[in-house]
Amino acid sequence: MNIPMIEMQVARYSPERDAQPYLQRFEVPVKPEWVILDALNYIKDKLDGTLTFRWSCRMGICGSCGYMVNNEPKLGCATFLSQYLPGPIKIEPLSNFPVVRDLVVEISEFLEKLKRVKPWLIHENGNGAGEYLQTPSQLEEFRQHSMCINCLLCYAACPISGLDPVFIGPAALALAQRYNKDSRDQGAEERMAILSHPEGIWGCTFVGECTKVCPKHVDPAGAIQQYKLAAAMEGIKQFLMPWGQRQEER
Amino acid sequence: MDTSSHDVLLVGGGGAGLRAAIAVAETNPNLRVAVISKVYPMRSHTVAAEGGASGVIKADDSLDEHCYDTISGGDWLCDQDAVEAFVREAPEELLRLEHWGCPWSRESNGHIAVRAFGGMKKKRTWFAADKTGFHILHTLFQTTLKYNEIQRYDEWFVTKLLIDDGRVQGVVAIELMSGRIQAITAKSVIVCTGGCGRVFPYTTNAAIKTGDGMALVFRAGGPLKDMEFVQYHPTGLPFTGILITEAARAEGGYLINKDGYRYLQDYNLGRPEPRPVLRSMELGPRDRLSQAFVKELERGRTTKGPYGPVVHLDLRHLGERLINQKLPFVRELCLKYEGLDPVTDLIPVRPVIHYMMGGISTDIDGATPLPGLFAAGECACVSINGANRLGSNSLPEILVFGARAGKAAAEFAEAAPDAISPAVIAQANDERRRLEQDFLHESGGTERVATIREAMQKAVEEGAGIYRTESSLRDAAQELSELQERARNISLDDHSRTFNTELLSALELTCMLDVATCIVHSALHRTESRGAHQRTDYPKRDDRNFLAHSVITRTSSGNIRIDYAPVTITRWPPGERVYGQQQPETIKQVASA
Repeated sequence: MNIPMIEMQVARYSPERDAQPYLQRFEVPVKPEWVILDALNYIKDKLDGTLTFRWSCRMGICGSCGYMVNNEPKLGCATFLSQYLPGPIKIEPLSNFPVVRDLVVEISEFLEKLKRVKPWLIHENGNGAGEYLQTPSQLEEFRQHSMCINCLLCYAACPISGLDPVFIGPAALALAQRYNKDSRDQGAEERMAILSHPEGIWGCTFVGECTKVCPKHVDPAGAIQQYKLAAAMEGIKQFLMPWGQRQEER
Repeated sequence: MDTSSHDVLLVGGGGAGLRAAIAVAETNPNLRVAVISKVYPMRSHTVAAEGGASGVIKADDSLDEHCYDTISGGDWLCDQDAVEAFVREAPEELLRLEHWGCPWSRESNGHIAVRAFGGMKKKRTWFAADKTGFHILHTLFQTTLKYNEIQRYDEWFVTKLLIDDGRVQGVVAIELMSGRIQAITAKSVIVCTGGCGRVFPYTTNAAIKTGDGMALVFRAGGPLKDMEFVQYHPTGLPFTGILITEAARAEGGYLINKDGYRYLQDYNLGRPEPRPVLRSMELGPRDRLSQAFVKELERGRTTKGPYGPVVHLDLRHLGERLINQKLPFVRELCLKYEGLDPVTDLIPVRPVIHYMMGGISTDIDGATPLPGLFAAGECACVSINGANRLGSNSLPEILVFGARAGKAAAEFAEAAPDAISPAVIAQANDERRRLEQDFLHESGGTERVATIREAMQKAVEEGAGIYRTESSLRDAAQELSELQERARNISLDDHSRTFNTELLSALELTCMLDVATCIVHSALHRTESRGAHQRTDYPKRDDRNFLAHSVITRTSSGNIRIDYAPVTITRWPPGERVYGQQQPETIKQVASA
């Protein structure tokens, strides 16, 4: 059987060696079951051991292998090679992040943003005994937003994240909303205080690219819109009620 | 040399490591605790667990029944005191996760829902659809963010344990981003690095599961226990090895051979019924189901696929609604990775390496025999899993024993002296020189990492697969010893300090070679068949000689030594493993006692 070959153009950059990133060409066989990640591993194992990229579970759940594939953010493990025949395929690091080396980007900024939205259950009883009951429909309220694998494709697709690095961004905002909408959580107000700052939610102009590229259907754009609405209501309440009264409510 | 110092150090940031870190912080908030992980913690392989987590919560269930299922499932090699503690604490831990936000699937009245699982006589497996591990890991990771005292070293790889004055005092680690090699000292260290499935060619395990922690402890002279017991999961996808969860069978899926026949009925696993029956047929234990596959292959009743023989998992009769609700990830994986839809198509499956029952030998509090060193999770062997782990016992295991190890390591650190011995810093400097000399300079070597890795995987599968013999194991041992030699002659293309993943692969390969060697030698010495360790030359269980844990260590002269330690029996004397519809005698006795 004749296995077709495809040209991969892979972004290379080493801070020790290169002033600028450049594309390097490799010829890779296209087996029907191969995904982008198989091609990258083929290159690393057989052709060039210096090619640098992250990957782990190869089943779309660990979130390690986001790359730009022909200018679109994709999971390397969930994107078949054959769909790009006859080629070439261009593989680059995720947009809107600083590049460490080749396809590896620096994501510590995202981890900081994640922490800022307080993504943990806030409940006044803390670790009290017994189950917190939650019906299937209450679970359904936030289930979709709890599916985020932190692959960061949404940040690579988001035009605001590109322009404004302080914007908290789609995945972290969706996660905040995941906890806000959880019937067991009582922290929505605390989170609102952080998020209603300009760099929180107002930066989003609702382009909706984040939702389009999300491999797990988390719908960050929808979460952000709901958030804006809630924040606007909160703003109106603040305007209408004297400060002291609002304090008492809390 | 750069040095940083902590009270308690976690090596590994998966479920066990994160649970342990929280336990340390809650035991004593003044302790400086840090988590070192070679990947960002939410990338850890806990994320891929699908089916669920067992814990007795329903009125029709009892702790004793969970104990019995676990012990009989483990072919009586489990330590029963550990199983009793595990079963008792599992529901508390699962509930704690519920309080931390884990989105457990629910009954219509809002209570936790449970599902059936293989080898379990009652429904007691909590689940979050079929992404249970994903939700547990993210819940734990997000909860750790609330503790400012938990510091993280993300994307650092530990290369050596520092031991002096009879106790573990820290590690040497390399930061991937910068290539910096430094000593990180601590009063106690907990190893939570997960399993080693990548030693084999076909595995459900992620790329990161290379047995690093087991190798670290083994090299430091610590004991590894029951390393011959490696679990094949009966339903992995061919080629990728991606897991199709046991929950697919718990929800009613059938395993069929090339004739459409539910072949498990021929292997003493009960009669086929249209609806799933607990501890029967498709809900038998994983070792027996994987062994049945090999027998079907020998009878010529499997189907040939491009990546070897397969049988099929049939979910079609479950209907689209149930599949979407209970098994959405199974459908997603089949659609995205196999190009088929389980609503209308059969899923090709084969046994693939899934889990390591053996590991770093610990007591019931996660303590190893090396003072100051603890371990928890898949890398450890307490042992609650014995010769074969039951599905859905590993997630509560990381929680129960992660928490226990965290607490014990915190208490050890509180009592330990502050001073770090100068000898430890000298050791760290030696380790840095070794790494630089062996890997980061031009070595003149000729071997490639990938070539040796493939040869190792082939040798281990051929020698120590589902069925083993003395000659297959001897061949594998010989091949591994040659590969160990060749690995000394590895040449890297990459000598960069910045995110050198080829260096990482080489270090992981040396870990895997050590772990593979332990697996093969432990298997060679156990001349009986028990659970997941099946010797065709010794087909019977031999309680007289082998109702015992194997303990493998490396002596100071570099040789391998194997000893046997007794199994703790509390209330369940060794009996026959009975699956199918008849009620085993022993469980009736225990229930009426």
